[in-house]
Amino acid sequence: MRCEDVSEALPEIVDGAGTADLTLRRHVDTCLRCQAELAQYRKVLRTMHQLRTEVLEPAPGLLADILAKVEEAGERRALKSLLTKRRVAYAGAIAATAAAGAAGAVIFGRRRLRAA
Amino acid sequence: MVPPKETDHAELVSAAQAGDNRAFEELVRATYTGVYALAYRLTGNEEDARDVVQEAYLRAYKGLKRFRGDAQFSTWMYRITANCASTAMTKGKKHRHEELEDEAPLADSRPENDPEAAGDAELLRQRLNDALEELPPRLRAVVVLRDMYDLPHQAIADELGISEAAAKVRLHRARRRLRERLFPKSEEESAHAV
Repeated sequence: MRCEDVSEALPEIVDGAGTADLTLRRHVDTCLRCQAELAQYRKVLRTMHQLRTEVLEPAPGLLADILAKVEEAGERRALKSLLTKRRVAYAGAIAATAAAGAAGAVIFGRRRLRAA
Repeated sequence: MVPPKETDHAELVSAAQAGDNRAFEELVRATYTGVYALAYRLTGNEEDARDVVQEAYLRAYKGLKRFRGDAQFSTWMYRITANCASTAMTKGKKHRHEELEDEAPLADSRPENDPEAAGDAELLRQRLNDALEELPPRLRAVVVLRDMYDLPHQAIADELGISEAAAKVRLHRARRRLRERLFPKSEEESAHAV
């Protein structure tokens, strides 16, 4: 196995996620150049993990902006929910009125029939 | 420097899912600096990062009922943030380094910038930050999400709207370019390699 082939595979195996075949591992075990390159990849990976712990302080006002946006969405949602409930209530009232009207008409019709 | 604490916010999440807006506010307060840090790393500038963070929390608020709790709330937020950042990037927002080609050489061969010689971890961190900023956004997003935030390949692919295979290829390229940038080959080595 040539160093160039190993070099191509190193970015995949540096975190242990990729599978390093036996030939590759044997090459790295005996090749100082590839060992050095793998060590460099590991160093970059370790430093990436360290960067995660760096606190990047946002400019003041971000929290307030987020909360305002969420609150606005919450109010819209509440309004929508209220309108939906009202719509249901109106529809229910109309249906009830219509049913009462129909029932009244039936009763009135029967009485007229009896009277006739 | 205080590392961000990964806390399980299960109780707050449950309360927020039940409609408690104060609980959601607490979740925002507890996680927004970490979410901002990710957004900044993905977008590379403060203005876009702020927009991405606001959009991410808005989506989280609207979709909170869909959060099943099988991951931490912060991890869920990272996924949403990655998705929002990806959307912002594809909308053609300003990106200082968008014009860089994937194969553009990044190696910095100036001897004074050799971190091994300097032996300074802080310097290495600074140079890695610079190298990350110089990566094209599509490579940077994958390597940040995988190597800094430990998201699985499939989750990264889902949020960026690419295949898992494409995510792995980008990760491979990004890692290689970061290493080349931080550990440039000397002229002698380069001559050997040819």
